[in-house]
Amino acid sequence: MSTATVGDLVSQPYKHGFVTDIETEKIAKGLSEDVVRLISSKKSEPEFLLAFRLRAYRQWLQMQSPDWAALGYPQIDYQNIIYYAAPKQQEKKASLDEVDPKLLETFEKLGIPLSEQKRLSNVAVDAVFDSVSIATTYREKLAEHGVIFCSISEAVKEYPALVEKYLGTVIPSNDNYFAALNSAVFSDGSFVFIPKGVTCPMELSTYFRINSADTGQFERTLIIAEDGASVSYLEGCTAPMFDTNQLHAAVVELVVLEDASIKYSTVQNWYAGDENGVGGIYNFVTKRGQCRGDRSHISWTQVETGSAITWKYPSCVLQGADSVGEFYSVALTNNYQQADTGTKMIHVGPRTRSTIVSKGISAGHSSNSYRGLVQIGPKAVGAKNYSQCDSMLIGDQAAANTYPYIRSQQPDSSVEHEASTCRISAEQLFYLQSRGIGFEEAVSMMVSGFCRDVFNQLPMEFAAEADKLLALKLEGSVG
Amino acid sequence: MIRPDAPVLLEITGLHARVEEQQILNGVNLIVRSGEIHAVMGRNGSGKSTLSKVLAGHPAYTITEGSITYLGSDLLELAPEQRSRLGLFLGFQYPVEIPGVSNLEFLRVSTNARRAQRGEEELDTFAFEDLVRERLKVVQMDPAFLNRSVNEGFSGGEKKRNEILQMALLEPLVAILDETDSGLDIDALRIVADGVNQLAGPDNATLLITHYQRLLDLITPDYVHVMAAGRILRTGGKELALELERTGYEWVDQELANLGREPAEVL
Repeated sequence: MSTATVGDLVSQPYKHGFVTDIETEKIAKGLSEDVVRLISSKKSEPEFLLAFRLRAYRQWLQMQSPDWAALGYPQIDYQNIIYYAAPKQQEKKASLDEVDPKLLETFEKLGIPLSEQKRLSNVAVDAVFDSVSIATTYREKLAEHGVIFCSISEAVKEYPALVEKYLGTVIPSNDNYFAALNSAVFSDGSFVFIPKGVTCPMELSTYFRINSADTGQFERTLIIAEDGASVSYLEGCTAPMFDTNQLHAAVVELVVLEDASIKYSTVQNWYAGDENGVGGIYNFVTKRGQCRGDRSHISWTQVETGSAITWKYPSCVLQGADSVGEFYSVALTNNYQQADTGTKMIHVGPRTRSTIVSKGISAGHSSNSYRGLVQIGPKAVGAKNYSQCDSMLIGDQAAANTYPYIRSQQPDSSVEHEASTCRISAEQLFYLQSRGIGFEEAVSMMVSGFCRDVFNQLPMEFAAEADKLLALKLEGSVG
Repeated sequence: MIRPDAPVLLEITGLHARVEEQQILNGVNLIVRSGEIHAVMGRNGSGKSTLSKVLAGHPAYTITEGSITYLGSDLLELAPEQRSRLGLFLGFQYPVEIPGVSNLEFLRVSTNARRAQRGEEELDTFAFEDLVRERLKVVQMDPAFLNRSVNEGFSGGEKKRNEILQMALLEPLVAILDETDSGLDIDALRIVADGVNQLAGPDNATLLITHYQRLLDLITPDYVHVMAAGRILRTGGKELALELERTGYEWVDQELANLGREPAEVL
């Protein structure tokens, strides 16, 4: 296994590029029906899930990779990917004391301490390493409130009825090419169930870590908030620096019933490739939430800073009357990164409302596109949408695009779209510097000023982190 | 106020500088002592603004020859932010707009950077608001400007007032005001000049860069320097500015022609 040298680490602004040297169980490269069966049997899954996977695999074989996004990348060789990799340990451990200390160290190094003494006091964490969840903190405390928070593999074993009832109901397995692939081979991810009337007593968070080279990560997350329930969930992602591209194709489904709400935040910092665009994660993600009940509420907040390629459109289907969907996004691209990201707000029920605030920052030779759909169905009387898409350009080699799509079949509705583009100039930086403000702080002030509307939506613990992360990512890109 | 024994704050010796491939400064010499007010005059393109940018450390300018000593140290070794923290201030001719960054927060961060350098405690938002409200009086500025983004949507006069407000907060030792009078109507000019006069004292110095006499009617300089072709061609007292007002800059061409291509050391 290759290990990044100290020199590599200090010369790169990416701090999470290390590889943990741990014995890993991997299956052979390549994808076939047998591989799908193998994954399912490794996880001792019930029959319904194997059937779900096989159906998805057969659908995937019939589908084409989407080509409508403003992204350029070589064809992905799906036979050259490892679809299952797990650190060698027998079973998921009941106690953290039994988890391989190397894994605990890895997460601690990433700023996610899991041990009793050090873990964050108000955030429960599910830690996913390559294809498996290695630990979930505060499970018992959450269980006292009736909240289920565990890996999806455990949920399949312990709550099969809930999984069967909801899995694939928001994003059907044939929804799109990458969702079909994920449905066939998904390895792990998080499962959250908040029962009727319960407000989850703490932040829930999943931290995804890719470690092995040549491995794809296909996680699957399912969150259900029953009537009157509410939860705030955050995911973080990092990966080592490899000079080959790695595929990450996740699916996240949210189900929100009457008067319930889910706030879903993402800080995505997968390895983005080097300054010449070599290596990095291909991030093809399908995220969608369904506001099934009246007055239900979904809020997506994303800070996308990593990945060589980002293809991601967290969406809301607003079925319940008076339901609300929100999308707050900061997408930053530098060097040769490409991002095509945005949202879909599908207004089905009457008086449904949605807000879209997108901030794209492009530096280096990168390309950053916002792509968003606002659809008002015939029954969505009195529906309202407000969209604001702002782009910030740094340097003169980067590109920013906005592709808003609006389809309305209901005359009694309103859709507003505002867009702007600005640039961080050397003169602005010099002005701030000449007032005693250091270069990095100056960039950070301007970028966080630009992103404030979105950062305000992040859980407090993470807003400052997001600020720092952006400043770090932009180091050396201005001036 | 001229005091021959006052400490030297700034000393520029044989300064040559270029931007891209164009040589702009060709041997500037200048000594600024505390308590002094200097006016640097000259036509467009004479190198006045370049001099101010070089002093503040603008990255587009390259020093090809000469030195600048500030408070006894080599100024050219210092990053722009360090110069500011050490009390060098440039009031910009065209202050840039910085959308999204609150003016109040910007002023606070900037003031605290200078205070930290002086070994003073950091001001929190409340303490800073008290300070800024007091200093607003120097430029008779509406507190509403504090809650806007830095210079965004400010009129020309408001931008210049915001510059002098920064000067009032940073309490510089050497303040360079680059064409602070340009684009101001007579009322705004008076307010800005009043502000500069209130802030000038025995322990600091001011360098006014201007091409008109009208600012010097309101702020009386101790020295007037005339710049042409990237150097100081002549230095005199305040009467030199009045002479320029009468005669214009034509004599400058004459003098330059007489000097031929030899760089002059005129001070």
